Amino acid sequence: MGVIAGILSSLPGAFSQGVLWGIMALGVYITYKVLDIADLTVDGSFALGGSVCAMCLVNGMHPLPAILLAIVAGGVAGAVTGLLHAVFDIPAILAGILTQLGLYSVNLRIMGRSNTPLLKLDTIVDKFAKLFPEMKNSYTSLLIGILAVVIVTLILYWFFGTEVGSEIRATGNNEAMVKALGGNTRLMKAMGLAISNGLVALSGALVCQSQGYADVNSGQGAIVTGLAAIVIGNVLFGWGKSFGMKMFSVVAGSIIYRIVIAVVMQAGWVDTSDTKLFSALLVAVALAVPVLIERHRNKPQVEE
Amino acid sequence: MLELKNVKKTFNRGTINEKKALSGVNLKLAPGDFVTVIGGNGAGKSTMLNMIAGVYPVDSGAVIIDGANVTRKPDYKRAAYLGRVFQDPMMGTAADMEIEENLAMAYRRGKRRGLSWGISKAEKENYHEALKMLDLGLEDRMTSKVGLLSGGQRQALTLLMATLQRPKVLLLDEHTAALDPKTAAKVLKLTEELVEKNNLTTLMITHNMKDAIRLGNRLIMMHEGNIIYDVKGEEKKQLKVSHLMEKFEEASHGEFANDRMMLS
Repeated sequence: MGVIAGILSSLPGAFSQGVLWGIMALGVYITYKVLDIADLTVDGSFALGGSVCAMCLVNGMHPLPAILLAIVAGGVAGAVTGLLHAVFDIPAILAGILTQLGLYSVNLRIMGRSNTPLLKLDTIVDKFAKLFPEMKNSYTSLLIGILAVVIVTLILYWFFGTEVGSEIRATGNNEAMVKALGGNTRLMKAMGLAISNGLVALSGALVCQSQGYADVNSGQGAIVTGLAAIVIGNVLFGWGKSFGMKMFSVVAGSIIYRIVIAVVMQAGWVDTSDTKLFSALLVAVALAVPVLIERHRNKPQVEE
Repeated sequence: MLELKNVKKTFNRGTINEKKALSGVNLKLAPGDFVTVIGGNGAGKSTMLNMIAGVYPVDSGAVIIDGANVTRKPDYKRAAYLGRVFQDPMMGTAADMEIEENLAMAYRRGKRRGLSWGISKAEKENYHEALKMLDLGLEDRMTSKVGLLSGGQRQALTLLMATLQRPKVLLLDEHTAALDPKTAAKVLKLTEELVEKNNLTTLMITHNMKDAIRLGNRLIMMHEGNIIYDVKGEEKKQLKVSHLMEKFEEASHGEFANDRMMLS
């Protein structure tokens, strides 16, 4: 019975982590699904968001401008990948890896060490906790996460409906067409990468405040987490075709992913040190299964 | 309206695959000219269109559209002057976007894109009217994804998109070659209607010599990167397919007979 109680008690935390990481998954969605680019900058820009936000807080800044600065820093990181990929024609995966690698050093430089505790600082979680003194910490994080997700979703919904947003979507769809209609596809890709990594950094900034520390390694495997959220969301809510529905499915996928991880950890099926392997396998299977189903469906029907 | 001055292009220069695609092409189109372009494979027809559109830079020479020298401009900047329809019906439209979204982007060809909404209410009504002209029932499916349409429907839509914002020059690169004969005839008829209605200056590559003779007011034949034959007006109207075949044979010393050529 202890196992079930453990699982239940871990759910609120997992749920709120899922929402906070869901913002990162939305960022990954923009590159992976909208632009059709696998962008590995994410691992670096997630930690970058945490590092920038943490240092701003350490230096006495209010959490809101600190979060904004983190978003800007992430956007710049994405723009660097955009420059490498869209302007210098370096393959997207390599361009992302280069930025990610460089960001590791940048993050160490920003913080001056590998880990910055935020325990005695006034984070966004503390600000909310003061507004709602009764609430448990994990619920405060959840509230912040939901608020952030709603704002981000509304902004993205608006942006991708504008002329520029439409052009970014079309660039991921058919570059030749966009060029023939006078669109600068290089600029559109760089812009998409910047927006994506800005969101990833926002997620990093919120996660570090909810956990109480920023760490240079916090982004390790973030891209896999993001893909897991997208794939799980697509499997469960793939019937939703509207852009709003797709964004919802990504966040929902992120929450379910966190809950799955929490359950297998609490149940003792997977050791803490094996979580990365478990995540990798989960995403690999989730990506492979639809392909196998499709292949099976397309098999020629031959009668013996 | 359009002028090519001694345009040269060689691909893979200095390698074993060196291919001289255009060897000094000169061409001048008057406003309202509808020129059909014929020639065998590798004659330089598509390369010429791509040089005009700026897909690749020219080696030497100049491209002038409506008095503006665009030789150094990249393709997406030249798009302000040009409407383009490709051979591949998939190339001219965005499959995962709605019909009206595709039209809205075409309507903004060559214009600055801002943060205003991608499509306005008034536009939608215009698109509804414009789609009616295609006579494919697309006006009732404006929010359908383009990927659900057939190749012919997509090509008709691309054609409409290319002319939605009146182009200085309309470039058609064998735009009916990938369609079945019936659909091809329909798209070709639509082409005639749109060109006539908007009085468009048009350059159309085709493999079909009958179409090349029937359509337009001028015909040019290309061979090995040169324009080897250029007829217009009455003389063009009197042309016979057999006459064109002779010209081809003459230019290619017989090898042309083996080439891909539809006489339909």
